[in-house]
Amino acid sequence: MAKLTFRTDNCKGCGLCVDVCPKKVLQLAPDKINKRGHHPVEAARPDDCVGCGSCAIMCPDFIIKVER
Amino acid sequence: MIVYDKPHALLDVPLHYCPGCLHGIVHKLVAEVIDELGIEGKTIGIAPVGCSVMAYDYFACDMIEAAHGRAPAVATGVKRADPSKVVFTYQGDGDLASIGMAETVHAAARNENITVIFINNAIYGMTGGQMAPTSLVGQVTQTSPYGRDPKLCGYPIRVCELLSELEGPEYLERVTVNSIPHIRAAKKAIKKAFMNQIEGKGFSLIEVVSSCPTNWGMTPQNALKWIEEKMLPYYPLGVYKDRSNGEVKK
Amino acid sequence: MADKVLMKGNEAIAEAAIKAGCRHYFGYPITPQTEVAAYMAKRMPKIGGTFLQAESEIAAINMVYGVASAGLRVMTSSSSPGISLKGEGISYLAGADLPALVVNVQRGGPGLGGIQPSQSDYFQSTRGGGHGDYHMIVLAPSSVQEMAELTVKAFELADKYRMTSMVLADGTMGQMMEPVDLNFEVAPAPEKPWATTGTEMKRKHNIVNSLSLVPEELEKLNIERFQRYELVKQNETMYEEYMMDDAEIAIAAFGIAARVSKNAVNEARKMGIKAGLIRPITLWPFPDAPFKKAATHVKQFISVELNMGQMIEDVRLASECKVPVTLCNRVGGMIPSPEQVLDAIVKASK
Repeated sequence: MAKLTFRTDNCKGCGLCVDVCPKKVLQLAPDKINKRGHHPVEAARPDDCVGCGSCAIMCPDFIIKVER
Repeated sequence: MIVYDKPHALLDVPLHYCPGCLHGIVHKLVAEVIDELGIEGKTIGIAPVGCSVMAYDYFACDMIEAAHGRAPAVATGVKRADPSKVVFTYQGDGDLASIGMAETVHAAARNENITVIFINNAIYGMTGGQMAPTSLVGQVTQTSPYGRDPKLCGYPIRVCELLSELEGPEYLERVTVNSIPHIRAAKKAIKKAFMNQIEGKGFSLIEVVSSCPTNWGMTPQNALKWIEEKMLPYYPLGVYKDRSNGEVKK
Repeated sequence: MADKVLMKGNEAIAEAAIKAGCRHYFGYPITPQTEVAAYMAKRMPKIGGTFLQAESEIAAINMVYGVASAGLRVMTSSSSPGISLKGEGISYLAGADLPALVVNVQRGGPGLGGIQPSQSDYFQSTRGGGHGDYHMIVLAPSSVQEMAELTVKAFELADKYRMTSMVLADGTMGQMMEPVDLNFEVAPAPEKPWATTGTEMKRKHNIVNSLSLVPEELEKLNIERFQRYELVKQNETMYEEYMMDDAEIAIAAFGIAARVSKNAVNEARKMGIKAGLIRPITLWPFPDAPFKKAATHVKQFISVELNMGQMIEDVRLASECKVPVTLCNRVGGMIPSPEQVLDAIVKASK
């Protein structure tokens, strides 16, 4: 089981993680705005996550922690 | 088990870069390498003038802010003061290839035993998007509003190729970070550049072809595509000099 | 070591720097100070130090900045046009509160000028030279012995106050040869916990920088720096008074001009004219006190300088314009003769 933790407040909503995920797990939360005024990343389909770490590798702001 | 978390050598503070700017990726790679080599306690980093001017607030090692373009000279001083320390510079294209070109060339020519991380995004980001020495022909910037015209301001400079003609430098490689495979290769190159210093082999420069979504006027996603389609054909990836292994890119 | 060694001024600076524990020198050839670099090129490798001929004066001052950040004594030397190039670097050293030594062996200017001596960088040195509110401690030697002693003093003061020092010499001082006694004690350099020497994973990281984007903070930094400068003014001002007790005509001169003026003062005294000399040794901080005192009894000050009139402004300020101040000068590489200065004294005494 893969686990994702997000530094949600620091996310800038750039979306690079969303694109790079091979399992389409992530999305920018359409109904949430964080303290920075962005739609932060969230796991839309957390059960599909295989813990490859691609999202975390891509993220320029080290928002995502990936555990398996 | 942890697959990925913030490296120790990066402090837990928010980065000020624009959304989708790739500086953060390169900061992470440098920090991961510092962690893996266990050198945080003896590393001194030198920040440039440019978007990454405040890199001294992000890295956990001792940091020095250098005058615009002069980081290789500052690094020379720090390294000569104590050669047992690991010294790296982190510079943009204005810093390294415009005002700092003499310092860059001469540090390479001296084979100064330092590691230079060169972020080439073909624009001056911090000051609002002016032309850089590496801006492409036809590229529209604030100071080339009709597109870069070679008749007026010449052609972009390929730094790895330029330095590869020198006898001095040990290692020159151009990488990018616009995809996961490219990021992995960039990390390998950066690690080699630090290892070369530790092994006393001399000057290593890693040119990272990067993006500036804000001043390119693109989404972060389209900026990654621009790197692939427009930047890489002019700035091909590869090893341009590897003295210890006799490699030079033709 | 021999009691005294016959040395060239430029070389005396270099040897004294080494005595003071400086083991890093970065420079670039420019007349009339290239001997400093040449001497260091020979000496430094023999004692495990660094000599590097940098690609430019700009690179050299930035290499100095690097060694200074690492907490070690370091110097560069140049002459007038090269010092202009170092302006930004010196401002950065000041803004980062880094100790270092910059030696300026002045030549004729402006622009490429000439290679003969001048004192025309007085404003540049004492008003900062580079951009922003800052000062260097500026020391003006008047003999080869002082070239050596003031170099050591420069390092000590730089470390004590976390400032850059300048030894402001001229081409004559740099080229002339006199016996030098180098048998002086040098106190060990102080600890520098702020230096970027690597955290060793035992402390928070040190940052050496001068950027401060929050105006309130930048203002605070500037004010704190000037409070340190106030201490320098109170504790480190240096000058020499020669025959000033009963003087009616007072010469103000530094460096080579002071050497020449002393001869003229002696001649004037022989003629019965009560002449005297105030020789500032620190140009910043400028010695206001002897001028203020002299203004109570002299008829006139004569500022003898190798420029178009620079220190004369500080003489006027220090004496609060209570008494006329005239200029006796040569420029372009010319040096005032004792006769010229004597003429000015005689004229003033009438």
